[in-house]
Amino acid sequence: MTNKTIKVDYLARVEGEGALYIKVKDNKVSDVKFKIFEPPRFFEAFLRGRKYTEAPDITARICGICPVAYQMSTVHAMEQAFGVSVEGQLRELRRLLYCGEWIESHVLHVYMLHAPDFLGYQDVVQMAKDYPDIVKRGLQMKKAGNAIVSLLGGREIHPINVRVGGFYRAPSKQELAQLAEKLKWGRDAALGTVKWTSQLPFPDFEQDYEFVALRHPSEYPFNEGRLVSNKGLDIAVQEYENHFVEEHIEHSNALHSILLGKGAYFVGPLARYNLNFDRLSPLARQAAQDAGLFSTCRNPFQSIIVRSIETLYAFDEALRIIDGYEPPERSSIEIYPKAGIGYACTEAPRGILYHRYKLNEAGLIENAKIVPPTSQNQKVIEVDLRHFVEKSIDLPEDQLTWQCEQAIRNYDPCISCATHFLKVYIEPQSE
Amino acid sequence: MSTKQKPKLAVWKFASCDGCQLSLLDCEDELLSLVGEIEIANFVEASRAVLTGPYDLSIVEGSITTAHDEERIHRVRRISKHLVTIGACATSGGIQALRNFKDIREFISAVYASPGYIETLNKSTPISDHVFVDFELRGCPINKHQLLEVISAFLHGRKPNTPSHSVCIECKLRGTACVMVANGTPCLGPVTHAGCGAICPSYSRGCYGCFGPKETPNTVALSARWSKLGANENEIMRTFRGFNAYAEAFRRESEFHDK
Repeated sequence: MTNKTIKVDYLARVEGEGALYIKVKDNKVSDVKFKIFEPPRFFEAFLRGRKYTEAPDITARICGICPVAYQMSTVHAMEQAFGVSVEGQLRELRRLLYCGEWIESHVLHVYMLHAPDFLGYQDVVQMAKDYPDIVKRGLQMKKAGNAIVSLLGGREIHPINVRVGGFYRAPSKQELAQLAEKLKWGRDAALGTVKWTSQLPFPDFEQDYEFVALRHPSEYPFNEGRLVSNKGLDIAVQEYENHFVEEHIEHSNALHSILLGKGAYFVGPLARYNLNFDRLSPLARQAAQDAGLFSTCRNPFQSIIVRSIETLYAFDEALRIIDGYEPPERSSIEIYPKAGIGYACTEAPRGILYHRYKLNEAGLIENAKIVPPTSQNQKVIEVDLRHFVEKSIDLPEDQLTWQCEQAIRNYDPCISCATHFLKVYIEPQSE
Repeated sequence: MSTKQKPKLAVWKFASCDGCQLSLLDCEDELLSLVGEIEIANFVEASRAVLTGPYDLSIVEGSITTAHDEERIHRVRRISKHLVTIGACATSGGIQALRNFKDIREFISAVYASPGYIETLNKSTPISDHVFVDFELRGCPINKHQLLEVISAFLHGRKPNTPSHSVCIECKLRGTACVMVANGTPCLGPVTHAGCGAICPSYSRGCYGCFGPKETPNTVALSARWSKLGANENEIMRTFRGFNAYAEAFRRESEFHDK
């Protein structure tokens, strides 16, 4: 009979501070805690009394890795409250900005945070000694994603050009055209990345998940759509809080989100891919098939392939937008604030990001609710760890610990987001 | 190959969004040559491997908001030859310092259903309130080129070349027409520390002060100008109460307009 405790006090290669604690008794996992000890920052509290115009700049600061996601959920929620919708080229520019963030965030995770696990390196710097050309390719792809965010947003981190109603300044046709060469190279590099990641060694770990993502009538989802799952959920974004609840549990400074009556659910690239395979561009679908992936993928370790496919899609989509771009007459539409409640959910790189704001007639925020993707994935991460440890109980302890960390990194957890979140203990329990 | 040991760099995180340390990984063109010159000995966001201290240079992101972190920063200082803070959180307490103007217990119950599980201090404070800081790099987020300048300056034992004038000078250097003079757009540029390269005005919006106060800022005169441009007292208060709300000059000005 095996008893052990697996403990990781400070999880590496995740964004933010988290820990893992797993207790094994008689070959059964008796306790799993994916802990978040990142200090709380109270964004929902200090958004109260701020004007709607300030909100996209403030919520961006929740996360330095996916500020665009926060800005997009914020502006869409505000616009819904005010009864307006941003269309045409401004809408396309928002998709383009999101393409930039997906590329930057996904490539960071694929090359710098996740790939070293599969190849047995502590970090990308070690990996670069044996795979210099691969790492250089990753860095240049990341740079291409950042170039989109910098041009359209003013800078890579905490962009300054997003406002409720559109942008402060819309780029010229020439400015965008200058990105095209880099993005064409990036699209080829992304094809190479899909092929490279599909050849990595994957543990056999297929699970039966409830995947939740946005679904749009014609597009791979960024900013709009209904919330759907592979197990029958199909709701408008406004109904989110009737179906999902946040629980506050003792070992975490992040709130755990559950699907009412069902429990754990899965958001992020794998969920989006499984629910929206038919919405990918033909090039991305073909690359997935060439990589041996079907329209459904239930092995979270293969999320690295799916992230690469989404990166390819983002390059492809960015090029489509740039190709058809005509500068809009005005960089933003007129906004007339009114009292009301606005809801929005957009697809952050790590999954659905829900915002709800109650505003008064002057456009000041009365209350706010923000549910980041990592707090939604926290429960499914614990479920995965439980199953993974039970299946892999005979591995040497250091190897088991490392693979547990890898199982967490499958989700690219962003702890800064979730506390608005994380820590790994696997502890051998003494008799 | 030199046999000389490479200087050891450590990156530490306190309450923050991770954006400033991400700036190091955003140095896509320089990262591999940087690690040729220095040993990244402790950078948990990027590596599982941690080398023990002491460290030649510690880079600290984030503000102090918990009793545990209040102790941890002293441990970091003890094992660091030089300690540099990066970003508005570490340098002025960050956006989370907005709690310093309110009742924290009410804040906790606004966000968390079981406030008893949350341990936090009443105030979010900059690192320099707790330990000696060798250099403070401003910005929310920092500018990555300035970060490389600061790392290289400390490795060579010289002072970092990071101008402390206002964003106005950067607009002039960039050739951007003044948004306040030309368009009547309220702008914090005249009182805000340089470093970003005056991005906001080049995108037709006023600076919102994410690099914090410059040396000797005349916030009173700027507030008067904002009034003339139509900003009310509450708007002026909120403007100074942003990402550097607890920096002395901005704090005083916001309190004056907090009526």
